Amino acid sequence: MTDVRKTEFHDPAARVAQATEELHDVQGERMVLNMGPSHPATHGVLRIVLELDGEIITKADPDIGYLHRGDEKIAENMTYTQFIPYTDRLDYLAPLANNVAYALAVEKLLGIEKDLPPRCQYIRVMCEELARISSHLLGLGAFAMDLGAVTVFLLTFNEREKIYNLAESLSGARFTTSYTRIGGVMRDLPPGWTDQCRKFCEELIPALNEVETLLTRNRIWVDRVRNLAVISKEDAIDYGLSGPNLRGSGIEWDLRKNQPYLCYPDLEFDIPIGSVGDCYDRYLVRIEEIYQSVRILHQCLDKIPGGADNKTGEPVNVADGKIVLPPKDKVMTSMEELIHQFMLVTEGVNCPPGEIYFGHENPKGELGFYINSRGGGTPYRMKIRSPSFVNLSIIPKIFPGCLVSDILAILGSLDFVMGECDR
Amino acid sequence: MPALESAQKIKARFGDLISEPTEFHGEITIKISNAERIVEVCEFARKELDFNYLVDISSVDNHGEDPRWTVVYHLRGLAHGGELRLKTGVNEEKSELPSVTTVWKTADWHEREIYDMMGIRFRDHPDLRRILMWEGYPYFPLRKDFPLAGKSTDVPGIAFTKPAPLEGGPFVTLPSGKDAIEREPRVRNPEGPSS
Amino acid sequence: MQTRSEIGYDSKIEGDAIVTRVDAALNWFRKNSIWPMPMGLACCAIELMATGASRFDIARFGSEVMRFSPRQADCMIVAGTVTYKMAGAVKRIYDQMPEPKWVIAMGACASTGGMYRSYAVLQGVDNIIPVDVYVSGCPPRPEALLDALMKLQNKVAKEPVLERLTAIAALKS
Repeated sequence: MTDVRKTEFHDPAARVAQATEELHDVQGERMVLNMGPSHPATHGVLRIVLELDGEIITKADPDIGYLHRGDEKIAENMTYTQFIPYTDRLDYLAPLANNVAYALAVEKLLGIEKDLPPRCQYIRVMCEELARISSHLLGLGAFAMDLGAVTVFLLTFNEREKIYNLAESLSGARFTTSYTRIGGVMRDLPPGWTDQCRKFCEELIPALNEVETLLTRNRIWVDRVRNLAVISKEDAIDYGLSGPNLRGSGIEWDLRKNQPYLCYPDLEFDIPIGSVGDCYDRYLVRIEEIYQSVRILHQCLDKIPGGADNKTGEPVNVADGKIVLPPKDKVMTSMEELIHQFMLVTEGVNCPPGEIYFGHENPKGELGFYINSRGGGTPYRMKIRSPSFVNLSIIPKIFPGCLVSDILAILGSLDFVMGECDR
Repeated sequence: MPALESAQKIKARFGDLISEPTEFHGEITIKISNAERIVEVCEFARKELDFNYLVDISSVDNHGEDPRWTVVYHLRGLAHGGELRLKTGVNEEKSELPSVTTVWKTADWHEREIYDMMGIRFRDHPDLRRILMWEGYPYFPLRKDFPLAGKSTDVPGIAFTKPAPLEGGPFVTLPSGKDAIEREPRVRNPEGPSS
Repeated sequence: MQTRSEIGYDSKIEGDAIVTRVDAALNWFRKNSIWPMPMGLACCAIELMATGASRFDIARFGSEVMRFSPRQADCMIVAGTVTYKMAGAVKRIYDQMPEPKWVIAMGACASTGGMYRSYAVLQGVDNIIPVDVYVSGCPPRPEALLDALMKLQNKVAKEPVLERLTAIAALKS
């Protein structure tokens, strides 16, 4: 069976060169096409100004900022705890992971990240892996739907509804959970949550197998995404890619293994690496990461200190009254707790002056917080290093030479989200 | 530790240009006294010390101090896993420093964002224009003297802005006030409380 | 009794034919096939997609397809934060929709600017387009969006369609 692409040049540079040659013969001009901020591809409000020669793209210029909400300036006016709901809405496909990242960043500034109780660490790892599964499922669903495979979208959303149920029983909100706090989590696991989580993991594997049956060896799918938009290793490092995009190009870098945090050193899991760096590799890396996340979840559920219902009374917050809100019955009766409560609510957690950068392995890549503090309860400057912002910067490099119909495949494989990119 | 050794190698190579490496919570920071030579230092770090990954470039507005702008570079070497922070100061009259896009291509968009939000220009940048706000927006929003609510603007045909109703807020505590009275949450809008 | 929304039908008296007012019939057709144009901007778009997915099926309310082209849609669901940069595009797309058209402002950010009181966020999409139903929540649950859709259907059912059409015809002649 002949390869669909055999009739065309594979090398994008050669394609562009051939297009330019033809241009001298035909009295044609390059067409500027505006792929506007509102379009059916469900990645958010991204505008790309394309310069086309017929169907071949010769130049692409992304125009972002349509969802710029001013998060960094808002952060300078809020205490650290007041900013937690804003972190939910950064990468709104995996809000639990953003919460964990922000809490870890502020705890690094305070210097207490090693003092987190083990139960809290395991709960946070479980939240993060659930968020990873949720984000990859939606990324795959949107990727497939944009290329026409609508069934995959409905299958993955069905599984995501189960994650929403888990998040709702954990924190009260389906997504935008605002679950973590500085020094711990909002509350302990509700009874029955671990059984629900185990059941979800068991049901996820057959659903994911079905998605793989539909896509991975599907002739149409493979033809559409194979050898498309190959990102070389040097380019991936030079442009600062992270997450599955970096690993799809063959670089072994995962912050959970290379700069571990929480209880990841105690857990066994593998990092999938791609070989070619095309869209198909990135798709496979994401699918395999979901399987690895399920593996991590099973280990956490088995190993969590205190067990499912915490009969031994393991703490979930750091035992420091100046960081974590004291229990309400103590607040109403004891003077010291009342003062702590008052200071924490009005002035926020008192952080030492200094600056830190904390990078966290989000589903989309490396979410980093650079917090420059001059003491007190509000940051002086908070910079959010968002993975989608950096991942999008490679578009002017990989689009030229591709066809217009490949755009959605490339955007789907890069898997970005505009809430995070524009902040 | 690779980061501390690398910082000392940079100090050995460039001498007085570089400050002594400081350490805070496991992170090494070095300051570069002359922002014009940032490209040399970055090239040395990339080629000799194998810091091939630029994680982030940030900018800080030290309102009321001199130099007003601090530009912060976060470097990482993927092979050895070391991380280093370079800081350099730019004063307000100049508000310009050379771009490091020749060293790492990812600096392109980071520097565009710094230009958009703070107004610091980067010399020899391939395409320095606004990235998050629209072309023609007259202010630099992340500066400390720009209010959170924003100011009225109108670029006809493109966009308009109106100040957001903050109802007298936001009530912010002062970072590092000397006592509780100073730290009390109060309106700290640079333009004064809006009615 | 003069009513615009009731379709009274008694099989014993009328048999196989329904006799009703033109208003009521037209409104009934319109309200049961509102095709939304999802202006999905931010996090609320994910809940909008969840409303369209299998668990909270929006198709059973008649919104069978999410029409991404404004010229083929009835109702624009503004889901997410509208920034000043995006406001021009939203207004232009609203202008492209043919009459009759309605707008649902989904979520806190679309209704009033939400928790983003900053220099770049339009404080409520009703500053640029007329809104029919506001849904609160951050993000609103899919059930809340479906409730808003039902409220919109009730509003559509009460519209004096025939009066408007005859008035327009009178103006033209």
